Amino acid sequence: MLLIYCPYCEEERSELEFRNGGDAHIARPTNMAEISDEEFEAYFFLRDNPKGVIFERWRHVHGCGRFFNAARDTISDRFLTTYKAGEPKPDLNEKPKTGAEVETYEALEGAAQ
Amino acid sequence: MSGVNRISGAGRLTPARSARFTFDGRTLTALEGDTVASALIANDIHLVGRSFKYHRPRGILSAGAEEPNALLDVARDAARRQPNVRATVQEVFDGMKVSSQNRWPSLAFDIGGFNDLLSPFFAAGFYYKTFMWPKAAWHKLYEPFIRRAAGLGVAPTEADPDHYSSRYVHCDVLVVGAGIAGLAAALAAAKAGAKVILCDEQPGVGGALHYDSGTVIDGKPGYDWAQATGKALAAMDNVTLLTRTTAFGYYNHNFVGLVERVTDHLASPEKSLPRERLWQVRAKKVILANGAIERHMVFANNDRPGIMLASAGRTYLNHFGVAVGKRVGVYTAHDSAYEAAFDLKKAGVTVAAIVDCREKPGEAVLAKARELGIEVLAGHSVVNTTGKLRIASINVARNGGGASRKIAVDALLVSAGWTPSVHLFSQSRGKVKFDASTERFLPGTYAQECLSVGACNGTDDLQATIDEALAAGELAARAAGAEGGAQVTLTGRNAFEWTGGMHGAAEGAGADTTVKAFIDFQHDVCAKDIRLAVREGMHSIEHIKRFTTNGMASDQGKLSNMHGLAIAAEALGKEIPAVGLTTFRQPYTPVTFGTIVSHSRGSLFDPARKTPMHAWEEAHGAEFEDVGNWKRAWFYPQAGEDMHEAVARECKTVRDVAGVFDASTLGKIEVVGPDAAKFLNLMYTNAWDNLKPGRCRYGIMLREDGFIYDDGVVGRMAEDRFHVTTTTGGAPRVLQHMEDYLQTEFPHLKVWLTSTTEQWAVIAVQGPKAREIIAPLVEGIDLSNGAFPHMSVAEGKICGVPTRLFRMSFTGELGFEVNVPADYGQAVWEAIWARAEPMGACAYGTETMHVLRAEKGYIIVGQDTDGTVTPHDAGLSWAVSKKKPDFVGIRGLTRPDLVKEGRKQLVGLLTKDPKVVLEEGAQIVADPNEPKPMTMLGHVTSSYWSSNCGRSIALALVAGGQARLGQTLYVPMADRTIAVEVSDMVFFDKEGGRLHG
Repeated sequence: MLLIYCPYCEEERSELEFRNGGDAHIARPTNMAEISDEEFEAYFFLRDNPKGVIFERWRHVHGCGRFFNAARDTISDRFLTTYKAGEPKPDLNEKPKTGAEVETYEALEGAAQ
Repeated sequence: MSGVNRISGAGRLTPARSARFTFDGRTLTALEGDTVASALIANDIHLVGRSFKYHRPRGILSAGAEEPNALLDVARDAARRQPNVRATVQEVFDGMKVSSQNRWPSLAFDIGGFNDLLSPFFAAGFYYKTFMWPKAAWHKLYEPFIRRAAGLGVAPTEADPDHYSSRYVHCDVLVVGAGIAGLAAALAAAKAGAKVILCDEQPGVGGALHYDSGTVIDGKPGYDWAQATGKALAAMDNVTLLTRTTAFGYYNHNFVGLVERVTDHLASPEKSLPRERLWQVRAKKVILANGAIERHMVFANNDRPGIMLASAGRTYLNHFGVAVGKRVGVYTAHDSAYEAAFDLKKAGVTVAAIVDCREKPGEAVLAKARELGIEVLAGHSVVNTTGKLRIASINVARNGGGASRKIAVDALLVSAGWTPSVHLFSQSRGKVKFDASTERFLPGTYAQECLSVGACNGTDDLQATIDEALAAGELAARAAGAEGGAQVTLTGRNAFEWTGGMHGAAEGAGADTTVKAFIDFQHDVCAKDIRLAVREGMHSIEHIKRFTTNGMASDQGKLSNMHGLAIAAEALGKEIPAVGLTTFRQPYTPVTFGTIVSHSRGSLFDPARKTPMHAWEEAHGAEFEDVGNWKRAWFYPQAGEDMHEAVARECKTVRDVAGVFDASTLGKIEVVGPDAAKFLNLMYTNAWDNLKPGRCRYGIMLREDGFIYDDGVVGRMAEDRFHVTTTTGGAPRVLQHMEDYLQTEFPHLKVWLTSTTEQWAVIAVQGPKAREIIAPLVEGIDLSNGAFPHMSVAEGKICGVPTRLFRMSFTGELGFEVNVPADYGQAVWEAIWARAEPMGACAYGTETMHVLRAEKGYIIVGQDTDGTVTPHDAGLSWAVSKKKPDFVGIRGLTRPDLVKEGRKQLVGLLTKDPKVVLEEGAQIVADPNEPKPMTMLGHVTSSYWSSNCGRSIALALVAGGQARLGQTLYVPMADRTIAVEVSDMVFFDKEGGRLHG
């Protein structure tokens, strides 16, 4: 059973609390109605299924309910990093951020006061 | 007397504390602390079972978890009976009943032994060849025969009365194995301040020290040091010491499953105790100290009862005080077996000879053997054995040929050396590497946060083991964040350094194709079978394993894997590492279903969801059906009614008078925020901007590929607030789907989603008298047709409590759905019922709901659709907005396949004979006389008897269905073919006037 760091809760929690959401960084076309069959095929059907690092979505469904992204090695199942939805694909050669460095909702709330 | 082979003064059990048990009906005496195996051997019983395939007599081979032979049926009582228990790990308790397996009529005379004579027909892979034809014989003849013949134990027929428990636990350092290495590692980690769990499968700590007689650690005899260390560890607050606890599975991210056997060794366990306890451990660091497993020698007829591993013979003597025989031979390729001979000799047992297939045994052991006057035959092999139910003699010959000499023995201890136990390491996805100098697979590349120490890491020297374990313990503790001070040092020495070891067949197993030199005892796999597999073209060890079933029994080849590999490598002319090792899988040893299932049995298996009105429904005789986890009232039979009659009555009553229905299980999601309408525009095919507050609309939700995902009525409570309903089964996935798009694709929209399924109780009141029933109870809402027409929603009060009242219908009748806070559900239901009942209305269940909606052609997502149906296929094109620039599924709907002619479309079916009710799922064809395989046009999705129509009705998905209206099609069944006419989907009140009553 995997141990997954939720970037919103800032805690490692058991896989039981999460649900996998498939590949990350696949943006839904804004002109959806106009795209060609080939573009739709690429967007909806085609996935790489890599042996190695995969960027994928997870939802902390039995926790905060948020979607976030993760880089996971499909060979070892080791998580290289997790990061919030909407953040760009991280450079995996960079030292991963620790919890304290991640910009949090709570930190932003505090700053506003 | 606890057995003729018990040697007074030997062993560590207390002679005064005995226990009585039966073996195949015979009462025997054991000592407290005996295993079934040690107690049987004490009573001079070696024959304990028959082998799997050839039904050969088999004895006890080992003294531990690796046992492949001595699998017995152990019972406390009729319900507490477990087959296939390893006699070598099961402790004896007073009153236990033990039976041998896989024999008939008796252990000594077994009809199945005939198989041994037929063995030429049972060669490896015979399953794949012999039972190929005729095909029809498979079910009737071959499979039943194989199943009966191949079974070992027999499963108990009674329900398991015991209970099991499970717990999650976190620790800094988990140490697996409490032998020398494990104890030292745990001690170092604990002294450094780490939170430590130390587990061992045996009843006590010590590991290999159970059989050892010459090791000294910290100035004490090894076993005594282990007990003292175990006691000291158990007394520490930061240490949990678990004995009788097997680490059976190493899973992702240092998640390790342990099973603790809590009561199986007790004569009368406390009722409150679980039989077994599952520990689900998440450890920051894992230290693997699970030792090594001794291999047997592979030679002709090496499976006779009385032949056992040398370390097992030592364990029975040094720990249990039991001699395995009176005249014991030793056959070895490794120095360790010599120590068994020494111990036996010192205990007064005759050692017939030590046969060593090596030309040069270790010098130290050789000298000691001479000193003790034990004959050593170096460079010799055992080429055969005799003895029907117990070994009687060995035939020994000089390597390379020559005359053989017969030596009488009543037991033979064997050792081919030691296999490091890399099972858990391999389960952790670590990669083993082959150490060519010692010919062993050892931990190579680690995949997880773990370390191997001691024998499982290939460390042989005692002091090196201790130092390695102490260092690993401290390192793991520090890495896990422990900051304690004390460092530990220990010194140890053992009696002899060991050398030697071999894999594969010894001389005497021969290249012969008929000699039975067993490598896998549990599956009756011989050396010749591996060679046969190679001859027949199997070159990968994975194929050889499956062809011969070597290592595929419940012992997972703990003894046989390396032998099989070496023989395959030799036959293939390759090096061992080039042939490769099969991967070890969880569990290390068999785990009971009870442990895995734990509390999740009966009502706790899958908790039931009940609506607020459940108690009333029960009291009024409802039958329930499961819908997801929900218990839903299915129908309410009155005295003497069967289901058909009850549903027919309910259906009539709803349309003639009215009915009350519990719709609380419908999924409900509150969609709130300034962009709520915009969001719903994207999630549903319909347009929501133009829906006014106080009005409702039926909505269809698609997946991006254009197929129907869910449907439901959505009420607009205010400009920025919608009350969304979903199907009962779809509620969680619809919320997930909405959250997904809201959080990741449309995060700019200001919307908040809340599941309110369990917050609202929903009472549907449907039928011509629905308004009359609820009107006097409702405050603040004008229920007249003009003020509150079909598809309206309003907030007000009913029976004095707040309500969201919907005017809507899933029956085609004038109808209301009364939403009240869940806690008021039953009270409001009762108030409505008090008015409804005297008017002649009924309570109705889901079956009537299904019939009534089918009469109106209303679909049920998941019954009439199957994930490949578009709104156009379902006749719901009117619900798909043509003006919206975007919604989920808009592009999918225009995919070539989804706009193609001839798609399966939802239509009505009317049987030519109105009394015939079609079977749901039945296939539909155009030409009933077409030869098989027939062209199938589609299938029946819903089918009922409609008392209101006075005939059967059905919905079906039919290729090109909407163009087939009026056509005759056929439904072929096993016994007849049913003619049907394709119709539209509305069977009752086609104009829909009743909705607006």
